[in-house]
Amino acid sequence: MLLIKKLTEAYGVSGDESGVRNLLREELTPYAEKIETDSLGNLYIKKGIGKKPRVMVAAHMDEIGLMVVGIESNGLLQVKTVGGVDERVLVSKPVVVGENHVPGVIGAKAIHLQKPHERKKPLEVEQLYIDIGVKNKEEAEKMVKIGDYAAFLATTHEIGDNCLIGKAMDNRVGCAILAELVKEDYDLELTAVFTVQEEIGLRGASVAAYNVHPDFALVLEGTTASDVAGVEDTGYVTKLGGGPAISIMDSSFIAPQKVINFLVETAKKLNLPFQLRRLTTAGTDAGAISQAHGGIPSAVISVPCRYLHSPTSIISLDDYENTLRLAKGVLMAIAEGGLSLEGFAEKIK
Amino acid sequence: MKDLLKKLSETYGPSGREEKIRKVIAGEIKDFVDEVFTDPLGNLYAVKKGKSTKIMVAAHMDEIGIIVTYIDKDGFLRFSNVGGVSPQILLGQRVTFGNGVVGSIGVEKLDDIKKLTLDKLYIDIGAKNKEEAEKLVKIGDIATYDREAAVMGTRVIGKAMDNRAGCAVVIEALRRLRETENEIYAVFTTQEEVGLRGSRTSSYRINPDLGLAVDVTLVGDTPEPPALNVALGKGAAIKVKDASVICHPKIKAMLSELAAKHKIPVQMEVLTAGGTDAGAIHLTREGVPSGVISIPCRYVHTPVEMVDLDDMENSVKLLTAFLSTSVKMQEAFPCALV
Repeated sequence: MLLIKKLTEAYGVSGDESGVRNLLREELTPYAEKIETDSLGNLYIKKGIGKKPRVMVAAHMDEIGLMVVGIESNGLLQVKTVGGVDERVLVSKPVVVGENHVPGVIGAKAIHLQKPHERKKPLEVEQLYIDIGVKNKEEAEKMVKIGDYAAFLATTHEIGDNCLIGKAMDNRVGCAILAELVKEDYDLELTAVFTVQEEIGLRGASVAAYNVHPDFALVLEGTTASDVAGVEDTGYVTKLGGGPAISIMDSSFIAPQKVINFLVETAKKLNLPFQLRRLTTAGTDAGAISQAHGGIPSAVISVPCRYLHSPTSIISLDDYENTLRLAKGVLMAIAEGGLSLEGFAEKIK
Repeated sequence: MKDLLKKLSETYGPSGREEKIRKVIAGEIKDFVDEVFTDPLGNLYAVKKGKSTKIMVAAHMDEIGIIVTYIDKDGFLRFSNVGGVSPQILLGQRVTFGNGVVGSIGVEKLDDIKKLTLDKLYIDIGAKNKEEAEKLVKIGDIATYDREAAVMGTRVIGKAMDNRAGCAVVIEALRRLRETENEIYAVFTTQEEVGLRGSRTSSYRINPDLGLAVDVTLVGDTPEPPALNVALGKGAAIKVKDASVICHPKIKAMLSELAAKHKIPVQMEVLTAGGTDAGAIHLTREGVPSGVISIPCRYVHTPVEMVDLDDMENSVKLLTAFLSTSVKMQEAFPCALV
């Protein structure tokens, strides 16, 4: 609980992940045989160096956010989105800007001043701005500069029936699980990679996979739980509280049937609830990893998350615990030879 | 070749689930090549050893399909697309899951046919309820069109001519190819229809000197057609460009010269949309000079795709000639100019 709270409250918009990286590095130093970063900012934690098979487990550290692209004469900041931001969730949300975490709020014309037709349309990012409470451009320039990132400001806390609400659940929930995994020992070479820039195109993962070149890769993610009002159950992607979600296909990746079967059997053996992720769009780091070198067998397990990409995402801590158990079970089973990695490439003649 | 094409066309093999078609193709080629193997993405490699230029020839073996996302209490299956599947084309089709389970595509009541989208459609496998359906299929299973291929003169009608026609051409070329100094890597690639994925990793693995894809292409020879130069029955098509690749001018020229020399009818293909495996191959590592031989095909991505056996024969001749030609890489594709 404490680690995921710290991780979700840290700031790390794509390309600016150092806050999250430093936290993880500090947390995991006692458990690592080797810690490295690379030029994109991926963080690698290695254990069991020299053992076989070589397994990479990846979770992206970055979150969606905004970037300052202009400063108006009245001191308001013009912004653009970084990653898949739903513009409808932006207005009136508190944010922090730049490396000094200058507090501000995303502002828009108040309802009293809007014309009737304006009230019917969601605001686009061009109509929004960040207000950091200054009088003019000169004052603003003392505190922020063009190119500064802005991230949602939100504290994480428990609500309801063992749920957690906060920002950046996508994908600090994966980071938290991966951090817990690193704290245990397995009879294999484990490279935990906390990747960067997933939200803007799986960029960190593609160089990390090239760098690590593992025999097998597991990706830990937060995925959409669409068991909400206005969605028929035919359209649910996952259900909150339904257990870890096993991916079959997304826009970047199709899981090999053998891998799906292995994950399902592992979950069943451990008596864990699980669900199959019922959406074929959106991408994950597995898309990039499975395409590295001559191809790497990969899998994705996700924690269901309502209101993904908003500062008020909700996860179930039961799902979190069960995803951690499943991921641990997968590593244990691989160490025991439960997934024949040779079978992924067959010599016929 | 018509029997081979019929067999390949009727075999199940949607993107990511190419096991069955891979097995069929492996059986067809293994007596004609030196090595056969697969990789983690499921690509099938057939190698003819040689000492000189390493040529990769890719034909994707996957076909488009639909993937089950939900099973309702009455046993109806909801689905999403795998690759470019159109709801209009799906309407009224019969589909198969490759394990023998066959289903009808049904549609919800619609007040306007223009409102037809994939989420208004469902698969009916004849199950009476959810429990019965779950014994036959599970979430994540992929179905393809269920269709026998028919031969009408020189033309063949059926599903998955995209790209089993290309696979048949490569298989036939491997059979006919005499000893050459080139080292030939024929790759029957996976997951082309969802983003050229198999060719990306196989091309990295092989690190070829030259790349050539064999795939079908769209035609402009039907009533009220799009403005395309390619016509069915007018020969193998030499690709100039599509949305994924601008073919290397030297490869285009080599193919044109070989066609003229061997009197093989060819047509030039300029496609503004769509992509093929050469799109991934030519960007591998430091770049690979690449081209494409295309087989004209009507009604692409429908269960009634139509190809012409003469075009395929001409494609085999052109491919065989290309694979037999010595290429002095330093002279043909010089990198250092001084």
